Amino acid sequence: MSIWEYANPKKFMQTSGLLLPWVTGLAVTAMLVGLIWGFFFTPDADRFGSTVKIIYLHVPAAMMSISAWTMMLVTSLIWLIRRHHVSALAAKAAAPIGLMFTVIGLVTGAIWGQPMWGTWWAWDPRLTAFLILALFYLGYIALWAAVENPDTAADLTSVLAIVGSVFAFLSRYAVLFWNQGLHQGASLSLDEKENVSDVYWLPLVVCIAGFVLLFVTLVLIRTRTEIRSRRMQALIARERLA
Amino acid sequence: MIPDLGKYAGAVAWSYVASLGLILGFVALSLWQARRMKQALDEVEKRQGKSDA
Repeated sequence: MSIWEYANPKKFMQTSGLLLPWVTGLAVTAMLVGLIWGFFFTPDADRFGSTVKIIYLHVPAAMMSISAWTMMLVTSLIWLIRRHHVSALAAKAAAPIGLMFTVIGLVTGAIWGQPMWGTWWAWDPRLTAFLILALFYLGYIALWAAVENPDTAADLTSVLAIVGSVFAFLSRYAVLFWNQGLHQGASLSLDEKENVSDVYWLPLVVCIAGFVLLFVTLVLIRTRTEIRSRRMQALIARERLA
Repeated sequence: MIPDLGKYAGAVAWSYVASLGLILGFVALSLWQARRMKQALDEVEKRQGKSDA
């Protein structure tokens, strides 16, 4: 038994078909529990008032936008090194999901920033790195759409995924590199002084689990769609040749 | 049942409406695309007498 067995589209379709109902159920449960707990059953924060409830969307979305790109980087490297088509299609499937999380991170950040910082936007290192990451997502999606040959598209987008990972990394660590800007440090930390209080931390962890499971669910659904699309193109091409 | 969000009610409500709207819209789009592609592939396979991938 090897992980590379799942590079076979048929094996991937069988396994993902079995996993999907369970992952979907867990994702819906975790998101509902986390968001209802966070929204209805946590107190206002001293400094931030009720806007603290925005962290249950903002922090998981921002984490997932970086994680989605990291997943795209790994699957792109697998494509470049081992030429497994499922890997390239999984990267393609993940990009719109990552873009959605990045947009949620940017929008909730702006809505939170207006009352707290007095501005919707600032050219802060972390915010700017996130905006550039969103543009990389758009560029990645556009590149897949623009190149007709799927293997060439996979090659070019894999290189873009490697280049864009610099900004994914920067959007996570920009606060540490440049000790300036409006954005505060990490909400979750192993350092107890930095970490948010337990009353917010527990529902936040449930929300993060929900967002991770939502990402896995959507990647499975969209990768299955991409595999079917590729198979249909191959069958139609064979039909034309016959 | 609805918590008192005070003067930040608008900001909190808009964050939830915008985020959940985006997520639900994206999930619906992904499911619609998946169903449409499965139907299209089924038709082609039926025409050619092949089994599902």
